[in-house]
Amino acid sequence: MARIVGSITTSHVPAIGGAIARGLQNDPYWKPFFDGFPPVREWLARVKPDVIVLVYNDHGLNFFLDRMPTFAVGAAGEYRNADEGWGIPTVPPFRGDPALSWHLIEALVAEDFDLTTCQEMVVDHAFTLPMALCWPDMKWPVRTIPVCVNTVQAPLPSAARCYKLGQAIGRAIASWPGDERVVVMGTGGLSHQLDGERAGFINKEFDLAFMDSMVTNPAWATQYSTVELVELSGTQGVELLNWVVARGALPEKVRQQHANYHIPISNTASGLMVLEPQG
Amino acid sequence: MPSSRQPVPGTTIFDGEQARKGYALNKMCYSFNDAANRRAFVEDEEAYCARFGLNAQQREAIRNRNVLQLIEAGGNAYYLAKFAGIFGLDMQDIGAQQTGLTKDQFKAKLLAARG
Repeated sequence: MARIVGSITTSHVPAIGGAIARGLQNDPYWKPFFDGFPPVREWLARVKPDVIVLVYNDHGLNFFLDRMPTFAVGAAGEYRNADEGWGIPTVPPFRGDPALSWHLIEALVAEDFDLTTCQEMVVDHAFTLPMALCWPDMKWPVRTIPVCVNTVQAPLPSAARCYKLGQAIGRAIASWPGDERVVVMGTGGLSHQLDGERAGFINKEFDLAFMDSMVTNPAWATQYSTVELVELSGTQGVELLNWVVARGALPEKVRQQHANYHIPISNTASGLMVLEPQG
Repeated sequence: MPSSRQPVPGTTIFDGEQARKGYALNKMCYSFNDAANRRAFVEDEEAYCARFGLNAQQREAIRNRNVLQLIEAGGNAYYLAKFAGIFGLDMQDIGAQQTGLTKDQFKAKLLAARG
């Protein structure tokens, strides 16, 4: 039986790609952010995942507004990165796991999640940068399954629905007969707003309460509508829905292995957590 | 003014109404994923906008490089970021422009959120 060995949730700001390309990991501006990751890499070396299920939102690379799935699951043998328009160097391709992807799709649709399935899919910085932070040599030692959530065009899926999707992903992995060790990643957030007169909005109090809830009260965010989440965390802070999915895939009781929080990276309050199932 | 559709002050939630209004503008910005398209825009901006069928309001907002006007015209932040990228503008440049601050003032505002 496949097993979820933990979750990594992190921010995914494009500027991180520029910082990596220019080797700014020890620059005073960037150091407090990059210093969050060595413990994550040590943890990964210990839990040795075979597969990463990576929950993120596309920013107009794979999906345009001509068709905008609420939830999309990758089912390709390989996922490539591509130019997003602002010159971040692209990263090497990622291996997929079509057999486990299709199992996930079967199990999720059987639980009434109406998915879009993608046998071809390019992945953007929300997928590639968290991977590059975990494996800086970019020799990916894992197979990957992208799960893409619409956080771009309202109406967005509710936090409650995202949490349930995560729970269903957890059950789907547990019912896979293989012996894979799986890490679920969720990327985006935390509080930030790029657009409008409220640009630059950051809400530290909310972010810290949200991070605490990831450990102590996983359904906490589901009390809020997506509009309330925009009000509390900003128009792009609502990407925390990807964290909610990832958290749902873990059991109710978890142990926090690592956390980091830093203001700001670009316009974003960056958060990072590593959780393990407890017991 | 906050409305029931847009209840968060200073914030335009990108909903169906915005998505319909901004479709041509966002489609043009989406095309900027491709370096050849970025070059074509720079070479002949008016012709490029015309090719995507931008309306007068959208063309004016593009001409002005004005982010609040682009949002008003239906632009979505994730797509507008690709337009900003052509001019080498980062998110602090964009934030400063929208809030009427200098870039340094905007950066100070972000730092102040540390509390």
